[in-house]
Formats: sequence, structure tokens, C-alpha cells
Amino acid sequence: MSEVPAWLLHAKSHMNLTPYLAGIGGEIVDIGTPARARLPYSEKLVGDPQTGVVHGGVITGLLDHTSGLAVMVKLREPMPIATLDLRIDYMRPAKPHQDIIAECECVRVTHEVAFVRGTAHQGDANDPIALCTGAFMLIRGGVHGIPVAPA
Amino acid sequence: MSDFRTGDPAKLIEAIPYCRHLGVTADLEDGALLLTMPFAQHLIGNPVLPALHGGVIGSLLETAAIAQVIYETRGERLPKPVDITVDYLRSGRAVTSFARARIARQGKRVVNVHAEMWQEDEAKPVANLRGHFLI
Repeated sequence: MSEVPAWLLHAKSHMNLTPYLAGIGGEIVDIGTPARARLPYSEKLVGDPQTGVVHGGVITGLLDHTSGLAVMVKLREPMPIATLDLRIDYMRPAKPHQDIIAECECVRVTHEVAFVRGTAHQGDANDPIALCTGAFMLIRGGVHGIPVAPA
Repeated sequence: MSDFRTGDPAKLIEAIPYCRHLGVTADLEDGALLLTMPFAQHLIGNPVLPALHGGVIGSLLETAAIAQVIYETRGERLPKPVDITVDYLRSGRAVTSFARARIARQGKRVVNVHAEMWQEDEAKPVANLRGHFLI
């Protein structure tokens, strides 16, 4: 295992503090391959009040966030990234009162675009809630985006 | 929860906790629902720009799709998402967002829905969604 670069550790702590992620109560668990985030169940995430199942958008949000992190893990230097597109396949509803785990891996980085595959599950990766496929633009030399040096 | 599927779109959205968390409301406008989401700090994905989180944008679009399907089909249960694809066209800024959806094709069990989100100018969409939902 090679050492995690300082900028990536900084990006991780920054992505942990992202207002949206903090607002839904999620946290980044791992900046490896795969990148991993965890979201505990909470009432405010519910999309179907009759069943208590979380809203699909919650899964989308967690997978989007973890996908972006997975791209950063594969980059050799810090740079802003932007989601181009994200496809989510919903395999089954998330069981209420259980954590949701997102695991994403950047499978290819080109000069301009990074490609990601990911899974959301509740403890057993072989029984996924959702799968995702995403493409991200790399903004090389960009000045906006996630700050990459401590403020 | 008796008002959940009575056809009042505002109440329908209000009854969903995650929509309340995002601050999404719905109004009926010429037979289509218009969803509105005022900017709030906890919707931010990139504090530097600042920009809305991609997941917030996806959530608003998926909510617009689901709400439109319920409104048009008067279904007995919430439409169940099968798959969605979100294309991000420009960054979502720290202002109020709007979204509208239309059913492209309705079958007996599955519907194909297209949704679009914009901010100040409807001609400059921020993102769009295509998705399939079981009804």
C-alpha cells in the first residue's frame, strides 16, 4: 500500500464536511479502492412515509458523492471535478433502520474524463440496493471546486 | 397519510420527509406540476463556488418525476424507480431551483419519464433526467 498523499487526506476531510453530506448524516469511511461512505438511517431521509423506505434521491446523492471521491483517489494530483452524468439502477428498496454503504471505484481516468462504477448495499455487497455508472469531467488546472490545500 | 394520494400535489410532496428536508414544494400549473426548491446551506456540494450537490439535483428531478406520475396515473402506490440517468449540464448555483417532468410513455406497469431542472432561465437547464418507474 502506498502512502495516501496529503492533498487526498485534505480532500477527504473536506468532502466529509460537505454541507449536503453532513445534512443527511453521511460520512466517508474509506479513501481506497473502493472509496466507501456510510449513511445511517434517519426519518428525514424517508421517501415513502407508508413503508419508511428512504427516497431514491438519497441513494443517488450518496453514490454521487462517493463516486467523486473515487475519482480523486485515482488522480495523481488535486484538481476540481464535475459530474457529467450518473445512471442509477435500483435493484431493491433499502431496508428501513439499516445503514446504507456506498462503494465506488474509478475504473478509468483519461486526460479529460474519469469513469466510475459503484454499488450501494446494506452490509452484503452481493445483495445491492443500487448500482451506479458515472462519468466525471476533470478540470485540469482549474481553480474552482473542492479546495485542495488547507485554507 | 390519507391525503397522500388524493391528488393534491402540494400535500403529496409535503408528506415526504426527504422532500421537507430539501425544502421542495409543488404547485399545479397547466396540468403539470412545478416543483420549487429554494436555496439552502445544507444543499451545497461545493462550498467554494458555491454549487448545489449533484445528489440534490438528482433528488429534485426524481421527485418531479415521481410526483408527475402519481398526479397523472392516480396510482395506488408510489411509483418505484427502476433506473434513472441524470445529465448535468451546468452547475447548480445558490439560487432557487425549479423542476418539471412529463411522461414520455406510459405502459401498464412501467412509465418512462423525462424531467428537467433550471434556475433563473428555463431555456438554460441545469440538469435533466430520464427514468423508468414501476406503477
